[in-house]
Amino acid sequence: MTSATTAHSVVEPSATTRRFAGSLVVLYAIITMIPLVWIMLTAFKSPDDAISYPPKVMFKPSLEGFCNLFTTRSRQTPEFIRSLGPPQGLCDSIARERNMVVAGPSNYVPRFVNSLIIAFGSTVLAVALGTLSAYGFSRFRVPLKDDLLFFILSTRMMPPIAVAIPIYLMYRTIGLSDTRLGMILLYTSVNVSLAVWLLKGFIDEIPREYEEAAMIDGYTRFQAFVKVVLPQATTGIAATAIFCLIFAWNEYAFAVLLTSGNAQTAPPFIPIIIGEGGQDWPAVAAGTTLFLVPIVVFTVLLRKHLLRGITFGAVRK
Amino acid sequence: MAQIRVEALDKSFGAFHAVKAASFTVEDGQFLCLLGPSGCGKTTTLRMIAGLELPTSGTIRLDGEDVTMNRASARDIAFVFQLFALYPHMNVRRNIGFPLKCEGIGAAERDRRVVEAARILRISHLLDRSVAGLAGGDRQRVALGRAIVRKPKCFLMDEPLGALDTEMREAMIHELRALHDRLGATTVYVTHDQLEAMAMADRIAVMNNGVVEQVASPRDIYDRPASLFVADFIGSPPMNFLPFRGGLQTGAEAIRLGERDVAIPAAREAMTDSELVLGVRPEHVRFTDRGMVRGEVYGTEYLGTTQIVTVTTHYGALKARSPSSRSFRTGEIVGLDFRPDTLSIFDKASGRAIRTALHEGAAHG
Repeated sequence: MTSATTAHSVVEPSATTRRFAGSLVVLYAIITMIPLVWIMLTAFKSPDDAISYPPKVMFKPSLEGFCNLFTTRSRQTPEFIRSLGPPQGLCDSIARERNMVVAGPSNYVPRFVNSLIIAFGSTVLAVALGTLSAYGFSRFRVPLKDDLLFFILSTRMMPPIAVAIPIYLMYRTIGLSDTRLGMILLYTSVNVSLAVWLLKGFIDEIPREYEEAAMIDGYTRFQAFVKVVLPQATTGIAATAIFCLIFAWNEYAFAVLLTSGNAQTAPPFIPIIIGEGGQDWPAVAAGTTLFLVPIVVFTVLLRKHLLRGITFGAVRK
Repeated sequence: MAQIRVEALDKSFGAFHAVKAASFTVEDGQFLCLLGPSGCGKTTTLRMIAGLELPTSGTIRLDGEDVTMNRASARDIAFVFQLFALYPHMNVRRNIGFPLKCEGIGAAERDRRVVEAARILRISHLLDRSVAGLAGGDRQRVALGRAIVRKPKCFLMDEPLGALDTEMREAMIHELRALHDRLGATTVYVTHDQLEAMAMADRIAVMNNGVVEQVASPRDIYDRPASLFVADFIGSPPMNFLPFRGGLQTGAEAIRLGERDVAIPAAREAMTDSELVLGVRPEHVRFTDRGMVRGEVYGTEYLGTTQIVTVTTHYGALKARSPSSRSFRTGEIVGLDFRPDTLSIFDKASGRAIRTALHEGAAHG
């Protein structure tokens, strides 16, 4: 009954509300984290532990998944293996226990590098184009401004896969299929609409007096844009960059259709890692775990901006 | 420092005619206030002088040079914004030094001038602070610092005190005027607050609906308003208006208001029989039993040394300023008359003031 007699603010949430909200957040975090944790656990299991039933939470950690991810192996007779010299490193000795020898590196690293180049390349392009067009839409009288903005948005109204076949045919004709450039251009064009809309919101919030002051003080409009507007839009640019990067990094459908060798990214590659006698789940899980790293690092680096960025504009300064 | 001459300046935004044929001159070293209600075109006019908007037609001359189409950065002016426009990612020193950096002035010279500007504005102790933590008045001083550090041809200020609280605003009014007197800088200052304009300006340009209604000294604006709008906009409470119908001969010294003759300053132009308006300031209304207008006291507002008495008359509610020592009862019947030499007469249709002896000796332009 003490809480009934204590004066309480109508704006500040009460202690009970805070505890309730807090436990909801924790619960939600646990639910979303479980699949990720399971993937990371699986990455360190042996193939037998990975498919055992009931599932094992406690197990003897093994690097076999990572070895299988980074290498290709060939099965040999025990006699042949005994005739070889000592094992070439950790992965070779793990493979030999299963009567296999390491035949060479797998395609994971080149696919991962493709992912990095394509995702970061398209993010940089989309954010750069988005910032410039958002500034234009925000500051100038653009003829048919509303129609243009709607048109840009409308490119996101259908599922991207709806245009996959036409793009596939066009890319084949102009020689962009299975090239990194082709994928960069494709992801840029998908992301640029998101970037324009997000960034226009941020730039609208920056008072134009800042650039006007800089222009009166002797800068050209472009200099004022670079020296005054950009530093103040960093939050928005960072938030937009993360959204664009996550899309380009995770994109699966176009990557499956348009890439096969040269420019294949990690998402279509990971699920087709086939082990001896079926799907090699620890290797797939290891590939997925490593695949998460760049996004986590990028997000952690920019998290200060991200939190402010997502809530930006919600509260009038 | 420089003279600013604005000739027949016009600006349209699509169908909206923001500024209509505005013409005025700000002499070298003068402090001009552009005064008017919101949306009257005063800020647009200022922004055209600054080069932030290009006029639809007309010319702007700085020291005789036509700068109408020049870029803002090529005009050598300083602009103080209402919201200060201090760069939040720079500290006070770098904010004030920014215009010098744009001009490519070296670090040593830049620092010397920043320190000098800060000393004039008494913000030397704030130089290394971030602008985010500053109080409103200090932010405004930093914004002024950024303006004076460059020694520009003129200062343009867009409601620079609008974002300050009343107390700070009054202090800054005196500071701004003192700064102006010290630097002798040609200044154009936009405000909607007549008290600011009256307190600071050498001359006031009153604007309404895109039209410059009158350009004159604060005293002339108040005593000799050129139009009904100016008379109504300036003064608190505003001028009383008594509509009547009649004609005027040149040299006439009275008008016929209802049954009585009212003495006025001698007319200097003739008007044929038409709808006219007699204008009288509340402080020029006198209470006398033999007054030419009679009415009933409706209410009083106590203002300390004076009070405003509202009297319901045949001509509508009239407001009179009277010493607060005198007491009025609501419903009391009083007689009013007007100090003859201060009355204004307007043509109701055009709103224009009719020339009388009142205007003689007044500075015009």
